[in-house]
Amino acid sequence: MVKKAYGFDKPIAVQYGIWLGKVLTGDFGMSIATGRPVTEELFRALANTVMLSAGAVIAAFSLAFVIGTFAGYRVGTPSDRAVTGIAVIGVSIPNYWLAIVLVIIFAVELNVLPATGMGPRGSETFNPFQWDHFKYLILPIITLSLIPIGIITRTTRSAVAEVLNQDFVETLRAKGLMEAEILLHVVKNALPQVLAVMGLQFGYLMGGSILVETIFTWPGTGFLLNKAILTRDLPVLQGTILILAIIFVTTNLVIDLLQTAVDPRLKR
Amino acid sequence: MSDATVNNLQPKASEVAPALKVRSYWQTVGYRLRYDYMTLFFGFVVILIILSAIFAPLLAPMDPYQSSMLNRLKPIGYKDFILGTDELGRDILSRILYGGRISLTMGILPVFIATVIGGLLGIIAGFVGGRTNMTIMRIMDVFYAFPSILLAVAISGALGGGIFNGMMSLTLVFIPPLCRVAETATSQVRNLDFVEAARATGASTFSIIRVHILGNVLGPILIYSSSLVSVSILIASGLSFLGLGVTPPEPDWGLMLNTLRQAIYIQPVICALPGVAILVTSICFNLVSDGLRSAMDVRM
Repeated sequence: MVKKAYGFDKPIAVQYGIWLGKVLTGDFGMSIATGRPVTEELFRALANTVMLSAGAVIAAFSLAFVIGTFAGYRVGTPSDRAVTGIAVIGVSIPNYWLAIVLVIIFAVELNVLPATGMGPRGSETFNPFQWDHFKYLILPIITLSLIPIGIITRTTRSAVAEVLNQDFVETLRAKGLMEAEILLHVVKNALPQVLAVMGLQFGYLMGGSILVETIFTWPGTGFLLNKAILTRDLPVLQGTILILAIIFVTTNLVIDLLQTAVDPRLKR
Repeated sequence: MSDATVNNLQPKASEVAPALKVRSYWQTVGYRLRYDYMTLFFGFVVILIILSAIFAPLLAPMDPYQSSMLNRLKPIGYKDFILGTDELGRDILSRILYGGRISLTMGILPVFIATVIGGLLGIIAGFVGGRTNMTIMRIMDVFYAFPSILLAVAISGALGGGIFNGMMSLTLVFIPPLCRVAETATSQVRNLDFVEAARATGASTFSIIRVHILGNVLGPILIYSSSLVSVSILIASGLSFLGLGVTPPEPDWGLMLNTLRQAIYIQPVICALPGVAILVTSICFNLVSDGLRSAMDVRM
């Protein structure tokens, strides 16, 4: 009876075909643990993860682009080495550990920020532009932004240093432009490369936030995935991984297309 | 007389070319490394970390499995517990030393196996080209649809927990990027003139691959895989942290972080300790890899 209800009496290939056909119509089946449709749970979680990832990437970009440009102008100096050091730490730090440390400092010792969750009302009425709600975002965003900070800083630094070595910068100087105006030209030339890396990082965060979301019990896709693994909730697992892979691939495709649109030299 | 003038006019060989020492590629790399004190220092730390894991039984002050209900969650420096005790009263220092054995193995072994498999596949794909290349590289592309952490979690979630399954999922995660690096490097070298010349002089395919391809491809592959070690350590402890890697009571840095997390309000400092071990190891591996990259002058 149970076998028939779940379609387990058919061969695996047929089962997979049926699942695939249903997915095309937007039906991911029912969650075994909660009995609710996977689509419903998935999309609510997806919105929360997008909020977190986008916030982290934007925060990382605003900091990393500034210090990366700063270092790119001073390659080889102590300040450049300091920035490169920050970048290495950003890439090497285990972010689930940083999450714990941040909770220890800000939630346990100082008691100024909430340790976990999305607030008393949950995600239904969550509004990131209100302080009462926004404070739940702060620690997860700091944690998640660390790896992108490291990677974007490195990219910006090498891109800026490379542009500064090109002849046209010399021409601009010879024409008597002020340093601020030259900076504008340099930034404009370095930006496409940096934005591409930023987009890639957004893709990684969408799929890679599972550890951080678990620690902060942030009801996003990573948390959903972890719950599904622990309860062996296969429909949820399949659906989430499929959607995350689609998002990851689409992000990469969009970046590739945008890059060729911005810089026609890449088209061959 | 005339003999002497001839001799004087004829410059000695050493004067023509003032003793120009020609260094081989690997000698140049060694020379550059010798003066890169940063890399040398962090390389030394890496060796220390590995040695402390190997000789954990000699170094550890206590039995890492010995629990004690009386000494649960004691602070740093309590009695003989130099770094305090965990939630079952086990000595943290001993567990971190022993934990290095599992954490380092899970960081290094998958990368090593993936380097061999991925490198071989990439060299075959790049050298043979055509349909073989298509088949191998498109299969690898499938894995690029997932961020590495998600892929590792998904595979070990499907296989179930345990050290072996964790290492297998990590190996699978690292094969595609290594294969791609090897393929790119190989197909660049393959069309260069000296390979053509070797073929014209009658060298066999095998010896071309062994001498000319491998000599030029090994550098990029090794650099890339050395940079993966720290990623692997991070993901491996992440898996253990989620309960998908090492199973209790084995000491592992990621698992220790997970179990100590519940004690965050009682002994906050102790809870952060295993993470420090992960952080230091990962930073050292990253910096050594960066140093090697600039010494070997590989651009990627």
